[in-house]
Amino acid sequence: MVEIALPANSKIDKGVVHAAEGTIANPRTLKIYRWNPDDEANPRVDTYTIDADDCGPMVLDALIKVKNEVDSTLTFRRSCREGICGSCAMNIDGQNTLACTKGLEDVKGDIAIYPLPHMPVIKDLVPDLSNLYAQYESIEPWLKTDTPTPQGEWKQSKEDREQLDGLYECILCACCSTSCPSYWWNSDKYLGPAVLLQAYRWLADSRDEKTGERLDDLEDPFRVYRCHTIMNCAKACPKGLSPAKAITEIKKMMVERTV
Amino acid sequence: MSDMRTPLSRVRGLGSAKKGTEHFFMQRVTALANIPLTLFLVGALVVHAGSDYATMTAFLGNPFIGLIMLLLIVSAVYHMRLGLQVVIEDYVHGEATKLLALIANQFFAFTIGVACVLAVLKLVIG
Ligand code: SF4
Ligand code: SF4
Ligand code: FES
Repeated sequence: MVEIALPANSKIDKGVVHAAEGTIANPRTLKIYRWNPDDEANPRVDTYTIDADDCGPMVLDALIKVKNEVDSTLTFRRSCREGICGSCAMNIDGQNTLACTKGLEDVKGDIAIYPLPHMPVIKDLVPDLSNLYAQYESIEPWLKTDTPTPQGEWKQSKEDREQLDGLYECILCACCSTSCPSYWWNSDKYLGPAVLLQAYRWLADSRDEKTGERLDDLEDPFRVYRCHTIMNCAKACPKGLSPAKAITEIKKMMVERTV
Repeated sequence: MSDMRTPLSRVRGLGSAKKGTEHFFMQRVTALANIPLTLFLVGALVVHAGSDYATMTAFLGNPFIGLIMLLLIVSAVYHMRLGLQVVIEDYVHGEATKLLALIANQFFAFTIGVACVLAVLKLVIG
């Protein structure tokens, strides 16, 4: 049924203000969502003021500075710090993006930082992505063939390889899926933009021999057809990809095999 | 709800329905058909603004006009049925409620459609 009451821990309390010590040259204020599963309290938004002149240029640099120098309990994911691992995806200034490629200077005023929207929160800025990872596994993201494996490699023409451009660059950060209203409402059944872009990556691969089976598995009112081309996904993608376009290509393939 | 199934088992669920393309395709086809048909209806209403009852029934009773009206009814009602189904699937989450809503949608669209067709036929055939 339509849910009327908000789920537990939906109310966000006023948090702790960590003022800067002394006078600082270039103060920037971060307003960060905090929630700890262990203390049974509602989430809160803590305020941290740091000196941007004494900090790297990116939002991730600021988060690391806060964790190192102000509040070691702040929890977030990061690894590569160069936009390639997808770990540091979060909602910054109202947009899903990577903290390591979002410049502090790109945000005017206070910098609001929340976890990716509409996902269960594990702690602070860390969302639970197990459902998304299971959905990724469900599309069997590997080359599937019946022809015996050739001596060398599976060959592909230059033109066929180009079909994978705009798809292989996806780092599975989930910025797109967690910005998609259809995914918010039906993430249990709708695969969402990130996983569908990956599904198309294998559909578009000239070396794959299971295109038909892959389409069979996807053809479902919920798995694919919840996409209503709202385009939030393409707007959110920090790598400049368009999951919406990939999904349209999937739908085209589905129509093509029926008409 | 505590659920000890693995995330993959939950995601795979009952498997793919292996349908949905027909729905998607027909939604586009009826949308396309609705454009000229609706334009015709709007044009006809503008032309006949202020006309009396007799003129209107004579106009709609013309078999060619009646044909266009019937096409408009079928296309628009079909389109509405498909669209409402999407809204229900998007927003109604309980399986039982969803099923009831989908059935009600079928009944509603069918009743509206047949009633409109009947009205046009009455004017055309008399
Ligand atoms: S398509 Fe873009 S936003 Fe979506 S998971 Fe891939 S890299 Fe992230
Ligand atoms: S285009 Fe599709 S996948 Fe992208 S945000 Fe919209 S509904 Fe979601
Ligand atoms: S830390 Fe790897 S993408 Fe940001």
